[in-house]
Amino acid sequence: MGNILSLKNIVKIYPNGVMANKEVSIDIEENTIHAIVGENGAGKTTLMKIIFGEEAPQKGEIYYKGKKVNIKNSLDAIKMGIGMVHQNLMLAPDLTVAENLILGIEPLRYGVFLDLKKIIELTEEASKKFGFKVSLNKKISDLSIGKKQRVEILKALMRDAELIILDEPTSVLTPQETEVLFKSLKDLKNHGKTIIFISHKLKEVKLIADKVTVMRDGKVISTNDVNQLDEHMIAHMMVGRKINFKRIHKAKKVGDPLFIVKNLSYLSEENIFVLKNINFEVRAGEILGVAGVEGNGQTELVEILTGLREATSGQIFIGKENISGFSPRKIREEMVAHIPEDRMKNGVAEHATIEENIIVDRYYQDYFSNNKNLFLDWKYISKFSNDLIEKFKILTPSSKAVILSLSGGNIQKVVVARELSSNPQVIIAAQPTRGIDVGSEELIHNLLKDARDNGIATFLVSADLDEVLKLSTRIIVIYDGEIVARFDDIKDITSKVLGPYMLGVKKKGD
Amino acid sequence: MEKFLLKYFNLIRAVIAILIGIIISVCIVYIISKEPGFSLKSLFLGPLLSKSRFGNFIETASPIIFCGLAIAIPFQAGQFNIGAEGALFIGAAVGTAFGVSTNMPAFLHIPLVLLVAGLTGAFWGFIPGFLKAKWNTSELVVSLMLNYVAYFIGLYLINFHFRDKAAGWLVSYKLPETAWLIQFVSGTRIHIGVIISLGFAVLVYYFLYHTTLGYEIRTSGFNIDFARFGGINVFKVIIIAQVIGGFIAAIGGMTEVMGIHRRFNWQISPGYGWDGVVVAIIGRNNPLLIILSSLFLAYLRVGGRILNLLSDIPAEMITIIQSIIILLITAEAFLAGWKYRITVREAKAKEVGHEPST
Repeated sequence: MGNILSLKNIVKIYPNGVMANKEVSIDIEENTIHAIVGENGAGKTTLMKIIFGEEAPQKGEIYYKGKKVNIKNSLDAIKMGIGMVHQNLMLAPDLTVAENLILGIEPLRYGVFLDLKKIIELTEEASKKFGFKVSLNKKISDLSIGKKQRVEILKALMRDAELIILDEPTSVLTPQETEVLFKSLKDLKNHGKTIIFISHKLKEVKLIADKVTVMRDGKVISTNDVNQLDEHMIAHMMVGRKINFKRIHKAKKVGDPLFIVKNLSYLSEENIFVLKNINFEVRAGEILGVAGVEGNGQTELVEILTGLREATSGQIFIGKENISGFSPRKIREEMVAHIPEDRMKNGVAEHATIEENIIVDRYYQDYFSNNKNLFLDWKYISKFSNDLIEKFKILTPSSKAVILSLSGGNIQKVVVARELSSNPQVIIAAQPTRGIDVGSEELIHNLLKDARDNGIATFLVSADLDEVLKLSTRIIVIYDGEIVARFDDIKDITSKVLGPYMLGVKKKGD
Repeated sequence: MEKFLLKYFNLIRAVIAILIGIIISVCIVYIISKEPGFSLKSLFLGPLLSKSRFGNFIETASPIIFCGLAIAIPFQAGQFNIGAEGALFIGAAVGTAFGVSTNMPAFLHIPLVLLVAGLTGAFWGFIPGFLKAKWNTSELVVSLMLNYVAYFIGLYLINFHFRDKAAGWLVSYKLPETAWLIQFVSGTRIHIGVIISLGFAVLVYYFLYHTTLGYEIRTSGFNIDFARFGGINVFKVIIIAQVIGGFIAAIGGMTEVMGIHRRFNWQISPGYGWDGVVVAIIGRNNPLLIILSSLFLAYLRVGGRILNLLSDIPAEMITIIQSIIILLITAEAFLAGWKYRITVREAKAKEVGHEPST
């Protein structure tokens, strides 16, 4: 079999001076599933955007089916037979599935009017041909993420894509949905398609890919047949050192309940109960993990716990003190730290410096400011920040560097450094390692483990089941705003066990 | 060299923008003026050619600096309050009313008149601030509309209650001498207010970058969700930034009245508040840079006035020339491609330097 796509010496430099791809050369063999793995910031997504015509490389050549091509934009790529499913799905939420599928290639009557009958025909035909069952008349906004993803893939197929790029497709899926996706991908391969699969979940790569290319720091480290490598070897190549995969759920000594939530409910502005009668307690020295598909109330729950949103009813206690209705500052003064789920939304101010980001919760306290805390002491702040930069291994030229100049992993380390250095007794961590590289992830996991061993009560919300399983002492599962299962002993719990609860198929009495 | 270019990119861009603006102005002048040499001299060197013109230049900069600061503080808080013009106008009107109706020694009179004007302006900043914080109304729209309200209230106050009927035209009574700001350079009208404006610029700089309240303001402007997340009382910050802005704008208007005209003689709004928006943007909301951008704009304004008086070029043309220069400076994308090419070369050079080690 020949190569459907060859990249030769691709170089890409962004306007901010970051060199995302350094002389990258990869051959993609026809009719294979080719995985590209690497830490965040390794240049995978950039490379895919170049193939799909969304970014222009400074240097390098692209050969498609043996011919040298110049892909100026995504329209060129689509015409050639390349399709891409982005990490953030690109669908029009208010249109139906059929309308989305046909977008840009609409069949017309008299050259002006949409041919609705033809649309249905075309889309039905395509969904049958590739065995993709989707309800064509449903609105996109009514579909689950997994279904939306299928629509995206089908969309690419309907444009006669021969080569389909999937950018971290499983990061938003439950284990069951992932299985379905993998089955479809294998079907597609049987139909003669070629698939590029980007991931940093090594288990999945082993499961589905034929070939794997490892990227690190903008360069290709190696391309191999998957069965020549095991997970540890791939991980080693990704980060350049060994990584610990073991679960660490053995808590040393668990103390009394420290963070207690009683009968918490939240009625949204749309008059929907987003949270229904939530009860749990986190004891000192343990990590309580929350498993659940995103969008089942976790975001609102964390916001309520940290004072950013008001509950409709219910109480929150720290020890014996009722902190319900406290402002974010008062909650922080109760020694509650908060790692937010979306660091760019409210975890940092991206145009401010590291120092300015570090002090947001403490600038008004002694040492950080003097004279009745009216005047900032920048000298002390710099020293404090530099200590954190060292302790948390934040890669930056200076504590006065702007957040935007850091990589995602380092930005998250700034957030974690701030929150863990606030001397907390409770940590509320939402998606603490989302979208960051394996190295930073390991560092943050170890920090959370250390915090636990120091008697801190941690409430962990994560869409990454492996993370929940790796860190938690106990696990609760949330579905549709309700706690549907609790697991106090998680020794034998796997993602397979949690899946049905996360999807609302199973429910467990307390 | 290229590192130098990247570091001072904004400054270099400003200089190039000004140069292009000058070239365009020269072309325009050559096309429409019968004596282009003289016209150009008036425009670009006019403010320096006599003591009184130089005085004009400096005294024009003063209220612009005040208004630039008044705009920069809410802007730094992420609040697009453009009500400096209204705060300046109504502040000066109320301050004048207070000044002409009271009598006390100068050391009390001057600060009290300034304070009354300032508090009036502060109230004018409070209205859009409070409405924004409480009900999330657009401070942009409210402050813009309030400019008209301020204008007509100010006119009503002066023309119906404090009008000096002996003066022969629509002006207020003269302020008692105890409320005058001294003009201290003979042959010019440069007054104490100029010094006060510079003092305010330094103060505001210190306030924004070295106090906890300044930090709260800037952090809210960077990312208001982040500020809320960190525990900052955003409600308070939104209001305070606009209150301080209104206060400073009004002081600017009042010093102009106390230092130059010694009575309220504006029948049309003087426009310093709008100049304030321009200099705040050019100076990137940095108080110290606002001093420079205000001097620059004042120089253009005075040069334009001289040109208008002495040459055959219509005033409209002068405004166009000024606008071109301002437009070029404020255009973020201007020369961005050039910067990008340098960045690419730098990054490549750096990579080559690193290569042997891998």
